[in-house]
Order: sequence, then structure tokens, then C-alpha cells
Amino acid sequence: MRMPDTSETLLQVEGVSLAFGGVKALRDVSFDIRKGEIRAIIGPNGAGKTSMLNVINGFYHPNHGAITFKGRTRAEMQPFEASRGGIARTFQNVALFKGMSALDNIMAGRTLKMRRGLLWQMLRYGPALAEEIEHRHRVEEIIDFLEIEAIRKVPVARLPYGLQKRVELGRALAMEPDLLLLDEPMAGMNLEEKEDMSRFIIDVNNHYGTTIALIEHDMAVVMDLSHRVAVLDHGVKIADGTPNEVKKNQGVIDAYLGIAH
Amino acid sequence: MAVGGSFDTFPKLLARNAAQFSSRPAFRHKDLGIWQTWTWAQVAEIVRAYAAGLHRLGLQPGDTVAIVGSNRPKLYWTLMAAQVLRAIPVPVYSDAVADELAYVLAHADVRFVAAQDQEQVDKVFSVSDRVPHLRKVIYDEPRGLDDYDHDRLIAIRDVIEDGRTALAANAALGRQIDEFIRQGEGSDISIILYTSGTTGASKGVMLSARGCIDAATDTVRFDSLTDKDVALAYLPLAWVGDHYLNYAQGIVAGFCMACPESGETIEQDRREIGPTFYFAPPRGFEAMLTRLTIRMEDAAAIKRRIFNYFLGIARRYGESILTGKPVPLSGRLLYALGRLMVYEPLKNVLGLSRVRVAYTAGEAIGPDLFAFYRSIGLNLKQLYGQTEAFLYVTCQPDGEIYSDTVGPAAPNVDIRIAETGEVQFRSPGMFVGYFKDQAKTAEAMTSDGYVKTGDAGFFDEKTGHLKIIDRAKDVGRLADGTMFAPKYLENKLKFFPNVKEAVVYGDSRDFVCAFLNIDPVAVANWAERNNIAYGSYQELAGHPLVYDMVAKDVAEVNRSLAEGKILAGAQIRRFLILHKELDADDGELTRTLKVRRGFIAERYAPLVNALYDGSHEADISTEVTFEDGRKGVIAARVKIRDLQTIGATKPLGRAA
Repeated sequence: MRMPDTSETLLQVEGVSLAFGGVKALRDVSFDIRKGEIRAIIGPNGAGKTSMLNVINGFYHPNHGAITFKGRTRAEMQPFEASRGGIARTFQNVALFKGMSALDNIMAGRTLKMRRGLLWQMLRYGPALAEEIEHRHRVEEIIDFLEIEAIRKVPVARLPYGLQKRVELGRALAMEPDLLLLDEPMAGMNLEEKEDMSRFIIDVNNHYGTTIALIEHDMAVVMDLSHRVAVLDHGVKIADGTPNEVKKNQGVIDAYLGIAH
Repeated sequence: MAVGGSFDTFPKLLARNAAQFSSRPAFRHKDLGIWQTWTWAQVAEIVRAYAAGLHRLGLQPGDTVAIVGSNRPKLYWTLMAAQVLRAIPVPVYSDAVADELAYVLAHADVRFVAAQDQEQVDKVFSVSDRVPHLRKVIYDEPRGLDDYDHDRLIAIRDVIEDGRTALAANAALGRQIDEFIRQGEGSDISIILYTSGTTGASKGVMLSARGCIDAATDTVRFDSLTDKDVALAYLPLAWVGDHYLNYAQGIVAGFCMACPESGETIEQDRREIGPTFYFAPPRGFEAMLTRLTIRMEDAAAIKRRIFNYFLGIARRYGESILTGKPVPLSGRLLYALGRLMVYEPLKNVLGLSRVRVAYTAGEAIGPDLFAFYRSIGLNLKQLYGQTEAFLYVTCQPDGEIYSDTVGPAAPNVDIRIAETGEVQFRSPGMFVGYFKDQAKTAEAMTSDGYVKTGDAGFFDEKTGHLKIIDRAKDVGRLADGTMFAPKYLENKLKFFPNVKEAVVYGDSRDFVCAFLNIDPVAVANWAERNNIAYGSYQELAGHPLVYDMVAKDVAEVNRSLAEGKILAGAQIRRFLILHKELDADDGELTRTLKVRRGFIAERYAPLVNALYDGSHEADISTEVTFEDGRKGVIAARVKIRDLQTIGATKPLGRAA
């Protein structure tokens, strides 16, 4: 696998804590994501992985700590700011527009890039038409990239789960993000679907140079895919390093094998 | 109409097409969701540049170029560019595993490989140590190949670009390319097609340029194909069918080859392109009909009734109207209404609206299936051929269509039936020989220059058409010398929806007997509708009413055999329904689901004996393998049913 070209930091999380009432989801977590890498966040159930992702893309606002993205530090931001800033994500439970075709779902990922207003778009005329053609072209490139030509016009509700996940990845890619957050991209997939998805994640990283942060349960997948792994347990970061370093870490082994705390 | 005429190589025909049909479409390919079109003039320019590029890479006349991938314009152009340089293209099945690929690449001494994408490039490199002459691999799709060592790897796009630049800079190169085209002769080997190799290693069938063009010219005339036609080029590149039907006929007639977007989008692409010439193997037509039936079952009741009513009309009048037989006026009117309401919309959904000529071949097609497509007005015909003939040996002319024949000899083809029953032929497109295999070539030919097909057949007296009955080596004789073709009978039996598998015995026996497997879905459905209770497959298979029903099917087969002279003596006298399904896990079927007759005879020896010793039931216990790999034993008492033969030559002696 190709190693990331730079060690430039794209995103820095510093001392983030998040509590829901008495439940402390994240406790003083710090880590960084470097430009061009595939960064995994792993941990047992309830470790705070998805919370971490939600903090990064502005869905949750941390009680303490700061996030620096592309050189700008802020205590909190709104989800739309995150997506304008170049963060795209997929969800643990596929969140597509079920009645819309795969093509339209991916087109929806281009919404933020569209410059013409609603009226122009409705008229489908002149500049709006030219713009739509350009966006459609980018979407078709993604469809080609993800090899989903055959389901272009199929409503996503009729697609098998593995393909829905792929469409969701396509929609995130349509935003041309700098940082792509994948929340359990392989959950519920069979072996073949997992292998396909792994290949697409590596291809996205290679081909578009997109920085990827992913949460995943399947350890084999994580170890194969990622350049660096951060391990959370009960809201605390217990390890951080290359897959090999993490694999040998006693704290990680304990967390996964369930030593009494 | 454009035909081969005095043009004896494909590059010369390409130049003719560029002049004659310059702005007509030659290729279409759906890329990024949009159909891209290349005209004959554009293709000729690209192929010339491509050939120049390949020449600069060191491709020499007589070199072989393997082509691995699916139907892409760039891969077809590779064929053309190689032929321009008088090199020999060798298409290879894209789903071939590495070992098969290595065998063909090594056997054909390929120096260049054109591969579609990363997957194929990986496969080629994984066996490259077994292909000593390999110099360069050229590829179509660059995705994933960025990090590869580009010493031996180059994109087709770059080869064409390099050739184009070189041609612009150096007029002498252009003259050299033109000289190659001019020097090309009809006797040049135009292509080597490797047979799939069901018996032993695959053989490289060498075809000459003149032969390919003559054969294609004959059939282009036969079916009146012109530059207005469109074919969907979706068949495997390495199969003679694609090379003949699409490539050779396309260049000879100047029609457009439309390449699908991907293997999975063929259904949609067919609708969008609306081909006018179409080929599919019987299972292709069957799959289409199955999908249609399933979708109709989900339709509203009123639509279903309209559909069923008009399909009934089509069954009664459709074929007669298509073949031009007299039909009462009321029938014509109803059929016209049916066309408006059902048949045309149906063909539109299937992407068959514009089809003028459709063919099927490769295996026997069920009469119902065949009749269905013809009754809704699709001009579906059968042909018989093989790689050694450059496809066509026989084909059905318009208006003379039968589901159980493959037609009279194709234009300029001589057919004879050898004493053994084997079909032998001489044709314009017949092969030159097997590549590097004199002995096999000699084996496949008769001393007077006919090609042995290995298939047994006969000419039907009524129609004068050829009927193929079986592989020649499987055809046996009954004890009294009557010809007996097991696969022919088995196919006839299997066309009944109730019969899933059939195994027929009779070689060196007094009469013919059959083992049958009922189709569990069809028969269970029937049982439910008729309130027949049963606890297991075994119980259902042994039910007397099921026996009655199946006996009718077998009697039907006997009736159709009695109509012909040659196989009338081989009617089925006794049959039984097996208590278990024949299964590949138990070795009773091959992995491609063909029955292993000899093995089954050994395994069920008591049943075979009972069929021939006149008993009416027999006990059998067999070991079976369950899905999880465990073994068990199934024991059963199987009943045997006798049948009256029709126009029987010998009385049976025992009543049923």
C-alpha cells in the first residue's frame, strides 16, 4: 500500500471531552489525522468511536477541547460548516434517500457545489443546464469508479445492503471531500462485499488522495487498510500507532478480551 | 448492400468502409453514462495510428497478439491494428483462470498482450514466467495501474497517440503502414480462436482472412444485413460467435457494433441501443422469459389477464403470421390488437423492438420457449456451427423455421452424413488447421477434405433440414441395430416443465428405458393446486398421480419420435421416477450440470436391471452427501411404469 506523501496534519483533536448528562462518552481525547492517510478509530462497543466522529463533523459539540481542521481551530462548528469545509461522511446505518435512484442520491452529494439557485435549476436552462451537465459528469465518474453502472437508475431501497453502502460512499465522494469519515463501512457485509469495499477505500485514497478516517469493528480489515490506528475504550484513548504497534499493545488486548476494570 | 467482394483482408475492408460509409457509426460504447460513437472514418484513422504505434513497439508480421478482456472498442481496434500489420490476434476468454490463460499465451507464442484492466494485467503478469516471448502488455483502463512498473506496460491510448504523432512527423511511416495493408493476402491467418477444450487441452483454430470474409459475405447476403444495422457486441471476444456475428459481419456489412457499458448492464444497453441483429444462446432467451414471467406475476390482475389472453392469441396465430401462412381475418385482427397492446410493448421492454434477425444456437432450445418469441413476432431462427467452420454450417432461412431443426446448409456449404451418422462439412470459412498441431488437424479432417464435426445428425425428410441429435461418440445402437441418441431423448424429456432431469439407457439393449427426476417446484405447485398431500420429495416422486402425469409427457415424446423414421424404433418403453434428485455433490451430474450416464447406471444398477428384467418395482439404497458434507443413506422402493409405443415395431408383451 502506498504511504501518505506528507506528514502535514489535516485535523487535530485536542483534549476533547463529551458528556451526555452523567455519561462521559469521551474523556480528554487527543489525536491527529495526517493529510493523505487512512486513519482508523477502533474500540469495543460503547468506546465512543461514533461520538468522536460526530464531534469531528460538528454534529456533537464537545464540552471541552478544541478541533483544528485545515489550520483553523474552533471549539465547535455546525455540520454544514463541516461539509462546506470539506468533511464528508457515511453512516453506520445507511442514510440514503430510499425512494431515489442511486444516481440521484449521488447527485445530492453535489448540492453544496451547485451555484445556481432553485429557480434556475427548475428552468433547466442556460447556465443551470451547463452546470448540471458538469455535475452529472463528475457523478458518472464516481459511478464508473465504484462500478455501479448497472444500478444507476434503481431506487436504492431495492438494492442489497452492500450496494447501498457503496452508493452512500459515492454520495460522500461526490462532495470531493478533503476528509472522508466512514462509520463502520463494512458492518453487516459478507466477506466478498467486505473485500470489495476495502478495495474501494484503498482506491479512493490512492486515486483521489482523499484522507480517510474510519471506524471499524473487523480487526482484520482495519489492520490491512489503515496506516495508523487510534484505540478508544470507555471514552479514553488507550493506544495510538501503526497497526502492528497497536496489535501488540497490552492495553488494547485487555480492552478487547475484557479484563475487569 | 456492401459485401466482401474483391476485398480479401479486414484492413482492406476497413479502408473501403472508411471511404464508403465514412460518417456512418462503426462503434458505439457507453462511457460515463453516455453513448460515444466512432464513425468508420474515425475508426480507420485510429486503427492506422494504433498500428503505427504497435509497429514502433516492435510488432512484426506473423507475431501473435493476445487480447484479454470484454467487448471494448479499443480491444476490437487491437484486433484490427494487429491485422493491419499482418500480425495474428488471439482473443482469450476474459474469465479464464491463470492456468488456462498461461496455456494459451504460451502455446500461441504471444509477444504482445492487450488486457482490458488491472485484473487482466495482474493475471497476465502472474503467469509471465511461463510466456517466454512476452514483450509488452498494453491496457485499456488505467485505473489502479499507476504504481505498476511501466517497463513492460503501456496504455493503448498512449500507443495510439504515439503512432499518431509519429505518422504526422514521418510520412515514410505512413507509406510503410499502407504497404502492410496492400501486401496483406487472403491466405494470411487472420485470427486464431482457441476452443474451450471440453475434451483435453484447447486447440488454436486458425482461420484465413479470405475464408472469414467469404463466409461472412455469404451470411450478410443471406440475412440482408446492411450498414443500417446495429448489433450489441456482448458475446465473449474469444468465442467464434462474437468474432463472426459482430466483428466479421460488422466489417463486411459496415454495420455498427455497440459495446455495452459493462457485463451487468447488458439488459439496459440492449433497450437503449435497440439492436437489429441479435444472437443469444437458448439460456439467454430463457432467462429473459423467466424475468418477464416473474414481473408479470407481480402485475395487477387486469394486466395479467390482458397479457395471458393476448399470449393465447399469439400462440394460435403468431407463428403462422410470421411465416406467412394463411390466417383467418378475425385472427389477424386480434393479433393486430395484441401487437398494439402487448407484443410490441413487451419487445420494447426486452430491447427487441427493432430486431430484424435473431439467432440462437449452441444447444437444443425448448419448443415452447422458441414458439413464445416467434409468436410475439420476433424473427428468431436457429443455426448450427462450430469454430472450425467459422461458425455457420447450417442456418434457417426466413419462413422455414422449426424448433427442432437447425436448418439447411448455409450458402456455399457442403454437408454430408457419414455412415456413422456423423455430420461432415466443407465450407468457405472452414479452418486452415490447428495452430502447431498437425496431428489433431489430420484427425479432424476426412481424407477428401471434409471437416468432421463430431456431432451426429440426419436430414429431416419433411423439411430437408438438418437435425443434430447428439455427440457422435454418444450415439449408440439398440440390440437390433436401431439408432439410439440418448441426449436427443433426454432433451426432449427435459423440455416438459415437470421433468427436471432425464437419463436414458438403451445402448446394446433390446429397448429404451428412462430414469426421470421430477422438477420439485413445478410438481409441488401442481400438487398444491390439486390438493395432493405429500410429506417429502421421495413421496411426491412416487405418487401414482405424478406417475400418470409424467407418463403423458413420455408418451408425447414417443409420439414425436414416431413421426420420424430414423429414431422411431428408439421409443421409451419403460420409465421410473427416481426417489432423489440427481446431484453434482453425489457425482451424478458434472459441475456444469450434465448427467453422467455411466456413473448413474453403476450407482443405480439394481434399478437398471429392474427396468430390463420386467419387474414393476425395485428396492434401492444409495449413499448421499448432504449440504454440510455429512453422508447418509437413502433407501426407497421405486415403481416402474410401462408404456405403449406408437406405431410399435414390436409388441411389448406385458401390459402396464
